[in-house]
This record gives sequence, C-alpha cells and structure tokens, in this order.
Amino acid sequence: MIRSITQQKPMEEIEHLLEGMDRIFVIGCGTCTTLTRTGGVEQVAAMAEDLSARGKVITGTTVVPVACDNLTSDILSEFGARMNQADALLVMSCAYGVQTLASQLGQMVVPAQNTLFIGKENAAGQFNEICTQCGTCVIGETGGICPVTTCHKGLVNGPCGGTNNGKCEIDSNKDCAWTMIYNRLKELDRLDSMRTYKKPRNHLGEPSPGKFLIPEN
Amino acid sequence: MPSAFKKALDSGKFVVTSEVAPSKGTNLEKMAHHVELLKDKVDAMNVTDHQSSVMRFPSLGGALLVKEKGGEPILQMTCRDRNRLALQADLMFAASRGINNVLCLTGDSVMLGDHKQAKAVFDLDSSQLVAAVRTMERGKDMAGNDLDGGVRFCAGAIVTPEANPIEPQLIKFEKKIEAGAEFIQTQAVYDIDNFKKFMDYARQFDVKILAGVILLTSAGMARFMNKNVAGVMVPQNLIDEMAAAPKGGALKKGIEITGRMIAQIKDEKICDGVHIMAIGKEEVVPDIMSAAGLL
Ligand code: SF4
Ligand code: SF4
Repeated sequence: MIRSITQQKPMEEIEHLLEGMDRIFVIGCGTCTTLTRTGGVEQVAAMAEDLSARGKVITGTTVVPVACDNLTSDILSEFGARMNQADALLVMSCAYGVQTLASQLGQMVVPAQNTLFIGKENAAGQFNEICTQCGTCVIGETGGICPVTTCHKGLVNGPCGGTNNGKCEIDSNKDCAWTMIYNRLKELDRLDSMRTYKKPRNHLGEPSPGKFLIPEN
Repeated sequence: MPSAFKKALDSGKFVVTSEVAPSKGTNLEKMAHHVELLKDKVDAMNVTDHQSSVMRFPSLGGALLVKEKGGEPILQMTCRDRNRLALQADLMFAASRGINNVLCLTGDSVMLGDHKQAKAVFDLDSSQLVAAVRTMERGKDMAGNDLDGGVRFCAGAIVTPEANPIEPQLIKFEKKIEAGAEFIQTQAVYDIDNFKKFMDYARQFDVKILAGVILLTSAGMARFMNKNVAGVMVPQNLIDEMAAAPKGGALKKGIEITGRMIAQIKDEKICDGVHIMAIGKEEVVPDIMSAAGLL
C-alpha cells in the first residue's frame, strides 16, 4: 500500500512556528504517520509532553483515523470545543492532512512534519520512494523499475559515469537504478529495450498543480 | 569549416588534449597562464563545467578565454544545471564565437558539490545532448523549429572502461555514438591490458577514442581514488611504485609513470590519443608530455 512518508521537523523549527501561540491542540493521524511512527498515539503524547515542558498549554490531543479525509461529526462534537480554545492546531500528519484540516477548521494549523515522498514500506521500518507520479510513465521499457524516481538523476538512457560497483554515486548503500534495470532486463531477455535510444522526456505530463476530471461521455 | 581539433582527430596523428579549470571567481590569471603554457603543445583543452558540482566561472566563459588566447577549446557541458532551452542557447552562443568542440556530459550530482541544496536539472542526459547538437546542426531546434543561422560542432562524450558492472556502461556508450558522438574521452585508465580489451570492443565503432590519464601525485592519492572515484582503478604495482619514490619525489614519479603510460598507448597504437588530466597541476602537463616523448 502506498503511504505518505514523513519525518518530524526539528523541535526548534516547531517552536519557531508556534511563536506567540500559547494554547495548542495536537492532532495525529491513524494512517500514514502512525505507520512511520511520526504521528501516532505515542508520538502525539510525547509531543504534548514536550510542548508542555516548553511552556505551552495543551488544550487537548487526538489521533484522527485518516487526517487527509474529512473530519467526522463524532470527532467534531468530541474535540471541536477544545480545538477552538487553541491558538493553533499542531498537526502530526502528512501535509495532505494538514491542508485538509486547514480547509475544514478555519484555524491556524502548523505542520509538525516534513512530508518527504509517497512511498512504500519495503521492509519493516524501511520506506522507499518508487514513483514520483511524473505523468508520463516509462517503466514499460525499463523492466518495471522506475528510473525517473529510482535513478537520482532521473536518467532514461542508462547509467551516468558515477555508478560504482552497482551502487549510486550519491550513496554507496543505494543500488544504482541502471544496474537494477540492466539486471532485470537481462533476466527477461529484453536488453534491446535498454539499447533503444530514448528521446528527451516529456517532463510536463500534467502541468503542476495537477488536476483531473473524469471525462463525460 | 571543421574545427582544428576535428582536423587533428581526422589526420590520424596521435591527439593530445588536456584540461583547464575556470577559476572560483573572476580572477582568471591562473587559468590564462595554463592556457598560455599549453595552447601550442596540446591539440585542444577541455574547459571544465562546475567540475564535481563546485560552482565556478562558467565553462563557456573559460572556452572564450582559451579562444582569445589562441588555443583550441573543448567546451564541457553538463546537463545538471541547465534545461534544454538553456543548453541550446549556450550551444548557439558558443558556435557564434567560434567555439566548435563540445563534450556532452550528464554531470555529477549537486549533492557532491558546494551548493548541495541547489535544484538539479537533468532535463536531458548526455546522449540526448549529443543528439541535440546534431539536430541543431540540421538547422532545427529540439522542438522542430527552424534556426536562423546554424551551429557546427565536433561533439564528444565520455566512457568509463573500468566501470563495474561494465555492460550497462557499454550500452550507454553505444547510444552516445549512435546519437552522433565523434570522439570519446575516457575516465582514467591505469591498467593498460584492461584498456586494450575495451579497445578491442570499441574499435568496431566509427569514433575516435582518447584514453584518459590522471597524473598520480602520491600513493595516498591513488588509494583515495580507488576508494572514492567511480570507475578509477589504480593497480597495486603503480601504488607501490609511487610509495617507493624518494621523499619529495612523488610528483616526479607520477609524471614519469604518466609519461610512460602515454608512450605505451602511442607506441602500441592502442587508441587515437590521450586526454591528460593533471587536476590542479596543469603546469606539469608539458613535463608529462616530455616524459612521453611527445615534445
Ligand atoms: S515513470 Fe516512474 S515516476 Fe513516472 S509514473 Fe512511471 S513509475 Fe511513476
Ligand atoms: S549512479 Fe545510477 S542511480 Fe545514481 S545517478 Fe547515476 S545512473 Fe542514476
């Protein structure tokens, strides 16, 4: 399942973002940030404690099931009043959740996380980005491995000169995407597809910000 | 008119290129000195483009300086910092000023340089940049529009014969040639027997190959490159030879080794020439050439 992968901002930055706001309500998310352990029940409790120690008044905390979904009337009736008493909502979800809450609550929201990428949990506690949703998918020619995302430079014609012992120039622990693609295509007896020159990519599959309407028939 | 470098390549003589690095800042004295020193000795000088992603005076400006001093520049162009509009614009500017050799490179990651938080571009890759040069030579831009006044380049690219695994590199190498690369400068080669094997394969293509040689300045530097520089392998016997140099004599030893390698490459006609990289010690390039019997 794809997840929104987040990392907590440094406390100094969070404190700076909360400057002048004394009463804080902390909101976590039961989905992605629970999985990445950046905004689940435990992290929300720890954050509330940390902020209290820094002199903030915590008007309440909750972990909503899916922060990027609309708030239910249950949550609003249980916590609405305490959210209203706060100067700001500190949101420990990914930025989707922060924006969804901001659009619904009419209150100052502050993200506690940096949203890094949409990724996949490949091994327990290890998350990797495998698609950046570029809008012009090329993996039909690369054995199902995405070079746009997995190659640090997003190269589509083969490896750069920095590849070293099958690893990437930026990290000796990261597999070079093009070594993986080569191995996969070789296994599949499809190396011809790597030998074919690929024209410069269409980098604007969908102009940002993307939008999509189901076509009417 | 073909460039002087192109003529040298086509003449069948043993071609020698070296490198000059633009300065960090606008004081170009040191580079100008290197250009003066080398312009009549080598067939062309590569002007590096923010090498290792360290911000410097632009390669285009450096190539103009080489030209002004009467030298033959090879403009290095990486895809790291410019999108296809900017790359094409720079190619046109270069051509308009008589810079007619270009080396097309993908470029190192910005993460390796001194502006680590910069936005990297990589709109094109090296093979696509070679193809773009050829498209512009036909009087069209990459979008298919007509150009009023064209360009003409001797375009090249690089290959890393010591890469591991080698096969993906060779596939890319073939694509660069298919895209129109006329010459290839290699990453440093130290193991000549290995390099010969690469040349046995490379000879089937219609492309001139200049073997990259990097001056060794100490045994420590050789070990450092083995550990940290992708696709560079200095064999143990050369490291030992460097280590055995008398105190203060390491540079002299490095010059001797490099000269010896170049002489072997030339005498045995292993490839079409050499590309000498002295990384910061450009002033000894003439000594290397003397040691190789080229001067
Ligand atoms: S090419 Fe890569 S980034 Fe683009 S859609 Fe396909 S998998 Fe995603
Ligand atoms: S080493 Fe491989 S993955 Fe890394 S940037 Fe180069 S080609 Fe891409």
